[in-house]
Amino acid sequence: MVADGSHALGGMASRDRGRANAMQRFARRRSTIAFLMTLPLLAIIVGLVAYPAAYAIYLSTLNRRMTAFAGTLNFELLFESDTFWMVAFQSCFFAITAVVLKASIGFWLAHMLHHIPDKGQRKWRGMLLVPWVIPPALSTLGWWWMFDPSYSSINWLLAVISVPEVPWLGHHWWARIAIIMVNVWIGAPFFMIMYLAALKSVPEQLYEAAMIDGASSFQRLRYVTLPMMANIISITVLFSLIVTFANYDIVRVLTNGGPRDLTHVFASYAFQVGILSGNIPRGAAVSLFMFPILALCAFFVLRSVTRRNKEQM
Amino acid sequence: MAEVSVRKVVKAYEGNVQAVKGIDLEIADHEFVVLVGPSGCGKSTTLRMIAGLEEITSGEIAIGGTVVNDIPPRDRDIAMVFQNYALYPHMSVYENMAFGLTLRKFPKAEIAKRVNNAARILDIEPLLERKPKALSGGQRQRVAMGRAIVRDPKVFLFDEPLSNLDAKLRVQMRTEIKKVHQKVRTTTVYVTHDQVEAMTLADRVVVMNHGIIEQVGPPQELYHHPRTRFVAGFIGSPAMNFFPARMENGSGALRLNLPNGIVLPVPADRTARYQGAAGREVLFGIRPEHLTEPKNLERDNIAVFDVTPEVIEPMGMETLVHFWMQGAEICARIDPTTPAEPGVPMPLAADLNHMHVIDPESGMVL
Repeated sequence: MVADGSHALGGMASRDRGRANAMQRFARRRSTIAFLMTLPLLAIIVGLVAYPAAYAIYLSTLNRRMTAFAGTLNFELLFESDTFWMVAFQSCFFAITAVVLKASIGFWLAHMLHHIPDKGQRKWRGMLLVPWVIPPALSTLGWWWMFDPSYSSINWLLAVISVPEVPWLGHHWWARIAIIMVNVWIGAPFFMIMYLAALKSVPEQLYEAAMIDGASSFQRLRYVTLPMMANIISITVLFSLIVTFANYDIVRVLTNGGPRDLTHVFASYAFQVGILSGNIPRGAAVSLFMFPILALCAFFVLRSVTRRNKEQM
Repeated sequence: MAEVSVRKVVKAYEGNVQAVKGIDLEIADHEFVVLVGPSGCGKSTTLRMIAGLEEITSGEIAIGGTVVNDIPPRDRDIAMVFQNYALYPHMSVYENMAFGLTLRKFPKAEIAKRVNNAARILDIEPLLERKPKALSGGQRQRVAMGRAIVRDPKVFLFDEPLSNLDAKLRVQMRTEIKKVHQKVRTTTVYVTHDQVEAMTLADRVVVMNHGIIEQVGPPQELYHHPRTRFVAGFIGSPAMNFFPARMENGSGALRLNLPNGIVLPVPADRTARYQGAAGREVLFGIRPEHLTEPKNLERDNIAVFDVTPEVIEPMGMETLVHFWMQGAEICARIDPTTPAEPGVPMPLAADLNHMHVIDPESGMVL
């Protein structure tokens, strides 16, 4: 009996020891440590991204007074609204035009800078980064003054070269162009600095090999520079598309959606509907509309980046 | 016709730093010429000037009789193989090789024919669809050569193409390059800092140092008849041994007195050649294979002396014996069957039929 009892106790002790060892092994696993170390970031993402997103989805399913479940009513009403479709068009027009211009100007500037000797390059790089460093609300205010119908310095300059006065913020198409101009002015330096870094990482010998292979300068750009920068171009365009789609401050400061709500983008329209007009569920529905478009973009862009990485790196 | 002429070519950088100081070089059609020298000697700059990747400060370069100073690289009809291969990472092996022909608007069938032909020569046919990332260093090197071959250019330029490969692969690729040249017979200019590569590949070797050409000649000539101390020391592995010595004239014969008391009689057939150096300090040079055990040498014109080996390096087919003499490390080459031990004195003989005497002031071999 005694012997049996001691065996049983010994068995339990070894099981406990085994469990303790397993716990220790689990705690020491790299994946466990990695998870614990990323936990603060995960908490921030859940608190500041996942929870508000889930809450917005919940809000968008409520009625105006937020007293009852309304299903997809808010979305249905939006789909029937001409203003909403105008906002959707304006958001897409604004984001796509601005990103294309920012990328093109940024690429051109990066190319120019890349060919300046290192010593002078730093000075130009610093100056060209200024628009990106100034707080957007502040610089947009400066632009607003320059567009001002009474004191517009831009119109004054145009008058010097005998160009008729432009109603920058008075006509909706000019106002849309003005918003894009300001966004491009602020955002192009970001593209410039990213593309400059990418240009510097293209091995010089690839250009030399292409020169010997018979490539003209345009062909070197087409067959060496652009393919070598494809990943950074995709990622910056995606990133900028997301940020530009969600842009709020430029529209808010420059036009406040006017004239006649014709310059609203999703974010400013969501604020207008949700906060200023007091229809929070409808505002939430507007803001959620961006998500599927951007998710689809992100999926395709990141898939092509991964594919290229696998092939080339 | 694809001879290359380099006439009085100078390359100066900012601050009047001259990388190449007015060199002259004539490379014949079909010839394989290797530019060799230490880092910073101007060999790569010379090659890049021939390619058109560097501007010429003064002088003239002609390819096939046409002066190319102001002709861009793409119109010089040359192909270049780079040290790090410079393959386009986003293109397949086929596309990499076809790129130059595509830009020159060759018909697709012709491109395919040339690429497949080059792939067969280089044994890379199964790799044509792969991207460079999926290739080993040796395979990438073959593709880089293939890219040059398909163009069928007037001149091949190689810029240290084997430096990134491991020792074994380097030897293998060296043979490949020689084989390819024997097949295609294109005029080739090859840059390396490895004198073994230079000796094994070249029809003629150009030894450069400090932006000038020290000597041009077939490998054997450079090895046996170096014109300067630099060439004597640079060509050959292990390097030539040098001792300071004094040339003395005594009873109708010349002799070299080494400071440690060893006296080396100058062979009679060299007396006239060295007569001018009599009574002067000179540098005595001898290659390790001419410093060996006495039994391996003929009896004429040898000087036997005892040395105490410090390090013994058995190489298999030979053994290297390192010892110190007059503050310099000296290397001798002996038969692997000869017993030798560190710290145990042994006799060595210098074969004076192969001695070199150098003027220490001018650095010229007398």
